[in-house]
Amino acid sequence: MAMNYNAKDEVDGGPQCPPGGPAKNRRPDNTAFKQQRLPAWQPILTAGTVLPTFFIIGLIFIPIGIGIFVTSNNIREIEIDYTGTDPSSPCNKCLSPNATPCYCTINFTLEQSFEGNVFMYYGLSNFYQNHRRYVKSRDDSQLNGDSSALLNPSKECEPYRRNEDKPIAPCGAIANSMFNDTLELFLVGNESYPTPIPLKKKGIAWWTDKNVKFRNPSGGESLKERFKGTTKPVNWVKPVYMLDSEPDNNGFINEDFIVWMRTAALPTFRKLYRLIERKSDLHPTLPAGRYYLNITYNYPVHSFDGRKRMILSTISWMGGKNPFLGIAYIAIGSISFLLGVVLLVINHKYRNSSNTADITI
Amino acid sequence: MERDPAAAEEPGSPGRRRRRRRRGDGRTRVVRSNLLPPPGVEDPAAGATKGARRRRRGGAQHLADNRLKTTKYTLLSFLPKNLFEQFHRLANVYFVFIALLNFVPAVNAFQPGLALAPVLFILAVTAFKDLWEDYSRHRSDHEINHLGCLVFSREEKQYVNRFWKEIRVGDFVRLRCNEIIPADILLLSSSDPDGLCHIETANLDGETNLKRRQVVRGFSELVSDLILPGYPGHHVHKVSEFNPLMFTSVIECEKPNNDLTRFRGCMIHDNGKKAGLYKENLLLRGCTIRNTEAVVGIVIYAGHETKALLNNSGPRYKRSQLERQMNCDVLWCVLLLICMSLFSAVGHGLWVRRYQEKKSLFDVPESDGSSLSPVTAAVYSFLTMIIVLQVLIPISLYVSIEIVKVCQVYFIHQDTELYDEETDSQLQCRALNITEDLGQIQYIFSDKTGTLTENKMVFRRCTVSGIEYSHDANAQRLARYQEADSEEEEAVPRGGSLPQRGSVGSHQSVRVMHRSQSTKSHRRTGSRAEAKRASMLSKHTAFSSPMEKDITPDPKLFDKVSECDRCLAITRHQEHPLAHLSPELSDVFDFFIALTICNTVVVTSPDQPRQKVRVRFEVKSPVKTIEDFLRRFSPSRLTSGCSSIGSLATSKAAHKSGSNFLSTLPNDSTLFKLEERLGQPAAAIASNGYSSGAASWAPEHTAQEQKLELEQEQERELRYEAESPDEAALVYAARAYNCALVDRLHDQVSVELPHLGRLTFELLHTLGFDSIRKRMSVVIRHPLTDEINVYTKGADSVVMDLLLPCSSDDARGRHQKKIRSKTQNYLNLYAVEGLRTLCIAKRVLSEEEYACWLQNHLEAESSLDNREELLFQSAIRLETNLHLLGATGIEDRLQDGVPETIAKLRQAGLQIWVLTGDKQETAINIAYACKLLDHDEEVITLNAESQEACAALLDQCLHYVQSRIPCSTPEKTAGNVSVGFSPVCPPSTSTTSGPSLSLVIDGRSLAYALEKNLEDKFLFLAKQCRSVLCCRSTPLQKSMVVKLVRSKLKAMTLAIGDGANDVSMIQVADVGVGISGQEGMQAVMASDFAVPRFRYLERLLIVHGHWCYSRLANMVLYFFYKNTMFVGLLFWFQFYCGFSASAMIDQWYLIFFNLLFSSLPQLVTGVLDKDVPAEVLLTEPQLYKSGQNMEEYRPRTFWLNMADAAFQSLVCFFIPYLAYYDSDTDVFTWGTPITAIALFTFLLHLGIETKTWVRAVGMIPGSADAAGPTLPGRFHDI
Repeated sequence: MAMNYNAKDEVDGGPQCPPGGPAKNRRPDNTAFKQQRLPAWQPILTAGTVLPTFFIIGLIFIPIGIGIFVTSNNIREIEIDYTGTDPSSPCNKCLSPNATPCYCTINFTLEQSFEGNVFMYYGLSNFYQNHRRYVKSRDDSQLNGDSSALLNPSKECEPYRRNEDKPIAPCGAIANSMFNDTLELFLVGNESYPTPIPLKKKGIAWWTDKNVKFRNPSGGESLKERFKGTTKPVNWVKPVYMLDSEPDNNGFINEDFIVWMRTAALPTFRKLYRLIERKSDLHPTLPAGRYYLNITYNYPVHSFDGRKRMILSTISWMGGKNPFLGIAYIAIGSISFLLGVVLLVINHKYRNSSNTADITI
Repeated sequence: MERDPAAAEEPGSPGRRRRRRRRGDGRTRVVRSNLLPPPGVEDPAAGATKGARRRRRGGAQHLADNRLKTTKYTLLSFLPKNLFEQFHRLANVYFVFIALLNFVPAVNAFQPGLALAPVLFILAVTAFKDLWEDYSRHRSDHEINHLGCLVFSREEKQYVNRFWKEIRVGDFVRLRCNEIIPADILLLSSSDPDGLCHIETANLDGETNLKRRQVVRGFSELVSDLILPGYPGHHVHKVSEFNPLMFTSVIECEKPNNDLTRFRGCMIHDNGKKAGLYKENLLLRGCTIRNTEAVVGIVIYAGHETKALLNNSGPRYKRSQLERQMNCDVLWCVLLLICMSLFSAVGHGLWVRRYQEKKSLFDVPESDGSSLSPVTAAVYSFLTMIIVLQVLIPISLYVSIEIVKVCQVYFIHQDTELYDEETDSQLQCRALNITEDLGQIQYIFSDKTGTLTENKMVFRRCTVSGIEYSHDANAQRLARYQEADSEEEEAVPRGGSLPQRGSVGSHQSVRVMHRSQSTKSHRRTGSRAEAKRASMLSKHTAFSSPMEKDITPDPKLFDKVSECDRCLAITRHQEHPLAHLSPELSDVFDFFIALTICNTVVVTSPDQPRQKVRVRFEVKSPVKTIEDFLRRFSPSRLTSGCSSIGSLATSKAAHKSGSNFLSTLPNDSTLFKLEERLGQPAAAIASNGYSSGAASWAPEHTAQEQKLELEQEQERELRYEAESPDEAALVYAARAYNCALVDRLHDQVSVELPHLGRLTFELLHTLGFDSIRKRMSVVIRHPLTDEINVYTKGADSVVMDLLLPCSSDDARGRHQKKIRSKTQNYLNLYAVEGLRTLCIAKRVLSEEEYACWLQNHLEAESSLDNREELLFQSAIRLETNLHLLGATGIEDRLQDGVPETIAKLRQAGLQIWVLTGDKQETAINIAYACKLLDHDEEVITLNAESQEACAALLDQCLHYVQSRIPCSTPEKTAGNVSVGFSPVCPPSTSTTSGPSLSLVIDGRSLAYALEKNLEDKFLFLAKQCRSVLCCRSTPLQKSMVVKLVRSKLKAMTLAIGDGANDVSMIQVADVGVGISGQEGMQAVMASDFAVPRFRYLERLLIVHGHWCYSRLANMVLYFFYKNTMFVGLLFWFQFYCGFSASAMIDQWYLIFFNLLFSSLPQLVTGVLDKDVPAEVLLTEPQLYKSGQNMEEYRPRTFWLNMADAAFQSLVCFFIPYLAYYDSDTDVFTWGTPITAIALFTFLLHLGIETKTWVRAVGMIPGSADAAGPTLPGRFHDI
């Protein structure tokens, strides 16, 4: 067991200073702190403390793991790769650079209906959004609507800082490489007319990003005037003030843009594209059935072995589908429990051979 | 007329001065009075303003002034100088380099300004610390510089108050009693009629006894010569009043040096006469004037050129072993950093090559649109990686270690267990940065005297004229101290108020009572507790505990002494008083006279502390001048004999004879006493109100009964201040036989005997003790026989060889021979008992012999070159043909707890070597007494006469030792080796297979063994032995032994000692420990730690050493762990960001990680954690071995630790990686939880590493958590 030792000789420790002795006495103070006798707890590992710890860890972790695993498994998720590398894929035709604009359609079937809010992501693989120079290539003050930075972007944006002597808004490599495929979802259903699924554009960005970090430049009546004197990024088709028709989702505060600007941590990532809101409690948001995905194929990832995916997913209290955490919990819990059992056996077997009451592990 | 010489000198003086100085730059310094009017100043009074004075002085002598300046910086020079010093540290340069690298756009990883922040912070903290230290130095300097003292002012023609800092070389300073000496001053005049002055050097070397200083010899005569006629009627009654304006002599002396024990030079008077200047003439800065009303001197060295300041080398800087090892590991870290950077640079190059031509969207070209070649990209990446991974080199490590060490020192300092009540002193740490070395010591080298023993010399027994006096009662008394000691252990802590202790005065009166009753009363005083208290009360007087003072005389010897006394009292007026005594009794008498006067003990009286007892009696009209002197007492005795006695010799001898005449003047013993009584008040008045003793001699006392007074006087407490404890012990011993030293002036010694009364010996010469001659002598004129006697006291080995060879023909010679052999036997016996032995011998000189010798000696004394050598020769001429009187055995008691401490240290795996200057037998005995040697172990004794013999002996011993190890047949091997063993302890053949070995080696053999070709063998032999004892070793040998062990065995060494002879050893060892004992402070000054007693070494090493080592080792390891783990996270990330040196952790966290987010918790653990409680450490000293074997911190643990860090970083990285794989997190939303996890892991790891959970430790990581990042939710956007 843990051992306790205390400041036992606190009061009667050592002879008292002789009364009326020499005035100056250099005896150090006899306090617990100065004498390093603070009451302290010294953990000593014994079978009595270690075995229960293992069992407790096991008993706590396994249920948690199971809970997480089950929750994760209950999440509906479907992933559709539309890169078109496979020659049989309908999007294969879009790989050639001269086919712009290129449209392709992919059919898929939902085996089970998706309940609740459904999130539509696009996923990219082998896309190094976390590259050091790429991550830095932006000007946050420009994105915050700073008018001087708008016309004179930071050097970090080089070489996407100016184009034809005009400042680029938004500048930098991140903005320049913005994802520009358009995805549309249709439920084929029983009728011959496919029903378009309503996709919500707004509410996909963080509130702080939309309202604090990203702001359109001030002044001017229309957005176009505010961005006067700037030019669009090289790769863009339209300037930044024409990203969307709605004024509160246009310019720098366009949510697709904001989502893109939040650089992903790993080369395989997904970004929220649209929300499919639950209609009512009775009907599933996406009932089981056949669907097709209409893609306006603009974004070239094939050249660098990238992949593009469309993902539909529901969520739970613990986020998206990820079996790893549950499995990790279960594994750690099991190992701990097993170790506990093994040690218990060892302890039981060898305790008697030693005279000490507890075996120190 | 006195001005004339000065004026005459003036015109030529500038040129001469310059010439002199040029020469002075080489070897000597020339000092002349500042009061001589310099050329070009017409009106000295006009230059009274300070500025003018300074200008004049500055022009006259540009030697260092007395301003103390220990500060390193001025306001202006602080920043550049401090930065320059800080950049001497490689780490600082490295971090600045890294930070500056950020300013290169191609490679920058962080905002350049931000990257500079931590290194600037560290630099600022260090600079602030330096500034603070410098400021406190400045303040204390200021305080000292503004102390006041009296300096003779030329303008005002009197002494005026000046600050210390205004004193210049060549100034005349007047000091009063108890004043501190502001500079090194040549003593020119003293209020003491003998031209003496006493100083206390406690501030300088800690020695508490008074030292005597003397006015420049021959100068006082000259001055009186010069002054008195010049100023008739001006201060006529004061012989010594000295007018600095008259001082025109030039002083030539050595350049400033730090040798406290040496000063040489000469004073050249106007008339061309030279007077030698010696150490005895110099008052050293920092000492205190005692017992002398006022002195005047000329400043020779000022300020930083004073010996005191030259000796003050400031705190020592040593680098501990752990730190050396740590530096090596830091280099490993650098290597690791380079490897990691190189790896990722290569990776990045490959990555760039793969994606470049593919026009990937995330590829960012150069600003001109071109793209980097893979190689360039790799180079850039390499540099950036170094910046990003710089955390691997712990920037705060050095600062943290320093903080931790300071705290550790504080705690060691505060330990009450290391506080010594008797001396009211605790352990001092003088070196701040080697605390952890205390936990790794493998070899202890100890001095014996004063370290293992108390250095409290107690007279134990003696032999006179071949008869041994065992002093059994005295032995019993000493035994009682020991008993009382153990009883007192229980009694005192409980024992409340100690009622008998009153003021100092009352205590003294109690003491007087004891003395006056009988010797029985010693029994009551024989308590150690009282001894302690008494020594606390009279702490400033060395060597005077009751144990040392109150000797119980041997009754037989006591009777003999009394008989002598009585006989002599009766026959003192006959022609040859001593001839009436039997040879034995006469030897006894001489023996005690020698004990009493053959020393340099100064007598003081306790009722007026530090006042010299002045009972000099004088003739009605005091002698005022040397002429007067010569006129009155013509040198009758020196008219014959050597014809060529120099003038100096004559005057000196004449001077001496005067006082001798005084002492032999009274004819009747009772008359003698009466005269003395009457003389005393007069003397008191004559010596300018010296009231010591005089207070008790008020007129009404004379009316009282004489006998009572006699008794009172006899019992008056006299205090003896000796330079060495042996001397004091002998004087106290003689006093126990009623042969008391009552007074010592520079030319006379008075001894009080019960019947004979006061005998005043004219002291002609004192040849002081030195370690080469190993003896001291006094030359006196015996008041009873009027003969010139030499009394010599010295080591037996030396004195026995100097005895008069006695013929075996006549009976007398045979008798002498017998006495000698008997004495030698007793000496051997004493040595076996572990006593220190001294022989006392005597020689009678005829007038002619003396005159001849004197002439030679005076020549030697006044010679300027190789004076030491000549004096040595002169001493040898005198100390020959001696007549042996007897020998003494002095006990040096073991300190408390020494055997126990040694046993504990042994158990802790420490090898203890004792290096002593004592003789072999004594040393072996002490070694047995303190359990260093055991009776059942074999002692190998190496005593070789020559190099070859030593080599042969060593080979034999090695052979023996080696044969002994594999096969356990000691019978066979012991036989053929025993030739090499001395008979002290023949190799035991009977004991079990392997009794442990001990090695005893004497100084001469040690010298051979330390030769290059033998040292390996010697070391190998010594390594096999459990203990090694080196006797008769010189200080140099001591340090050579330590150096040898240190360099050859690569072992951690500790040297402990208390005296000046241990200093070199203490300095050589890894850890030097000084004992702040009785033999001054030299050892303490040189040491890293100073303990009051040997036994505190146990706790210092076993408890504090262990703690400090394990704390620091764990902390350093933790630092490496923490940084490696953190860097690991970044490194694993490189695999997922194209090795682009990108970081998922925000730059603020990265940059301030070491400073803010992870600095405090391990500091607290490093200061407070205890792996094992103190009690357990003390009961199980074996635990110390973990430090010796460097178990806590060695390469293996370092790499294990690094592997652990790598593993933990893998876990901390990949769990979030897998959990967030293919999710919509951005870089920092993902990186910040990783940082948080890492920080929690650090704390958890530290918590597991922490052995002892004090509440405070639990709290501090908590506060660090608050500073850490908060874990953001996974889906902020929903």
